[in-house]
Amino acid sequence: MHPSRPSLVHILVPVKRAIDYAVKIRIAPGNKGVDTSVKHSMNPFDEIAVEEAVRMREKQGKLVESITAVSIGPPKAVDTIRTALAMGADSGIHITVPEGTVVEPLAVAQAIKKLIERSGNTDLVILGKQAIDDDTGATGGMLAGLTGWSQAAFASKLGVSEDGKVEVTREIDGGLEKIESKLPLILTTDLRLNEPRYASLPNIMKAKKKKIETLKPEDLGLDFTPRLETISVSAPAERQGGGKVETVAELVSKLKEAGVI
Amino acid sequence: MLFRSAARTSRIASSSLSTLSQRRLASSLVFLEQKGGKLNDGSLTAVTAAQQVGGDVAGIVIGSKADVDGVLAQVKSINGLSKIYAAADEAYANGIAENVTPLLASVIPSKSITHLFGAHSAAGKNIFPRLAGALDVSMISDIVALEGEDTFTRPIYAGNAILKLKSSKDAVKIVTVRTTAFSKASTEGGSAAVEEVAPVASDSNTKFVSEEIVVSSRPDLGSASKVVSGGRALKSKESFESVLDPLADALGAAVGASRAAVDAGYADNSLQVGQTGKVVAPELYVAVGISGAIQHLAGMKESKLIVAINKDADAPIFQIADVGLVADLFDAVPELVKELEAQK
Repeated sequence: MHPSRPSLVHILVPVKRAIDYAVKIRIAPGNKGVDTSVKHSMNPFDEIAVEEAVRMREKQGKLVESITAVSIGPPKAVDTIRTALAMGADSGIHITVPEGTVVEPLAVAQAIKKLIERSGNTDLVILGKQAIDDDTGATGGMLAGLTGWSQAAFASKLGVSEDGKVEVTREIDGGLEKIESKLPLILTTDLRLNEPRYASLPNIMKAKKKKIETLKPEDLGLDFTPRLETISVSAPAERQGGGKVETVAELVSKLKEAGVI
Repeated sequence: MLFRSAARTSRIASSSLSTLSQRRLASSLVFLEQKGGKLNDGSLTAVTAAQQVGGDVAGIVIGSKADVDGVLAQVKSINGLSKIYAAADEAYANGIAENVTPLLASVIPSKSITHLFGAHSAAGKNIFPRLAGALDVSMISDIVALEGEDTFTRPIYAGNAILKLKSSKDAVKIVTVRTTAFSKASTEGGSAAVEEVAPVASDSNTKFVSEEIVVSSRPDLGSASKVVSGGRALKSKESFESVLDPLADALGAAVGASRAAVDAGYADNSLQVGQTGKVVAPELYVAVGISGAIQHLAGMKESKLIVAINKDADAPIFQIADVGLVADLFDAVPELVKELEAQK
């Protein structure tokens, strides 16, 4: 599966350019997607992934050999990689696709697997637990399934020791679970793993000098043809606000009327 | 005469053939999630979704011997299941994805399964994508509706858009179900035969160490019919509890929280309602001191009746609340508790 214990860890961090979480999205004409001419930024869970890789190096300098940020997306996805570089990643890989191309989680997982095979020394892949656009939450698990590597999903605490032993606290329904595993590992981040840093101006400047390798899907022998067909994208049923009441007594009578008390 | 009857025969033959082939096409398996030998109710909604596909529906239980034995008594009588596959082994004791996946990956082809359904729970979200990767098929997450064998509806962009998709290229559909979007299958009236399935070895390095489950005397947040949720305006962990707990008790409700309240340390993160926490759809949702960010609304806007109590009359929560009260929660909530107690 993997050559002996890693003395130095090579980390791969996939990051996705997504519509900014604060944007109120609109359905695009034709009902096949949403209006994407709005502010984009790095998927919030991926910021946490980059932050965790950088913190690991800051805490255990000798342990982390490299941090590579990778993004699959249109030309503008390079901005997302630059953000990761400004946060502390060493280099980037950009697999470019034409604007508007849908790249499904399975295709992303297959692409990351190719990159792992190509590098030959990746020990740890840290991904966000889900992208806030398609909300699928499958890429990390799929990658683990494709590679056969161990997985730690929804991590809220991570510890990696020199001998490649990994301790992860995971968020589960009803509480927390602690597991122990070994590198190589696929980790997905939950919100509470850390608080991502803002890139400082000097670091943004420095990031411009860091190397980003640009690849096309064909360069890796990949085919991103979607397996799933979009029939429609529509707005959810509008909820009608029911107006306000003046007093607690009125509130109670409304609850009674509705039959909930 | 002869001709006509022959035509009729062939029509009958072809129509029964097509039903037969449809039956053969759809064969669903439902991952019946258990913990400590107790069935997760959410799995019953996955049974309902599977039944809507048509065709045969079987269930599978996976766990330690003791847990599988414990849960079998409950799941055998689930209405609509033709068979229960049971896989018992100590390796399955804590539902480690690396151990469970090879088993599912072997059962699916050997039993000619076309659809795997499970709850969109922490376990489903952990195991199903790994399985999809191992089988090299897509993942269809968190569906709220389905049509026929291959058309599924699911929310995207934190529930602000609804995607309808068709999956025709993958031989097996791997589907998780939003548990609040389907009714629960009855646990009575069924009589499924149990078939033991031999465990499949895994070369996993992952070991369960421990877990910390938040113990509560209140109903479970995910399945409660009433939920009282608090936000940042509760100001501290102490006031979160001293203000919300009496209201939850007066209503017989579960307690939830916004991400802001969780991040500020007022509530445990297992109580978080929203895109990154739990999605709930109770009869009554009372939002106390919650402004109503998109992220939070994604987790509760399917609730039947939404009540909001907030000091800020312009808070977005009032746009979707059925009943809104603009008031200081520290005055309004104790008064509400008193009124509710008086009603009893």
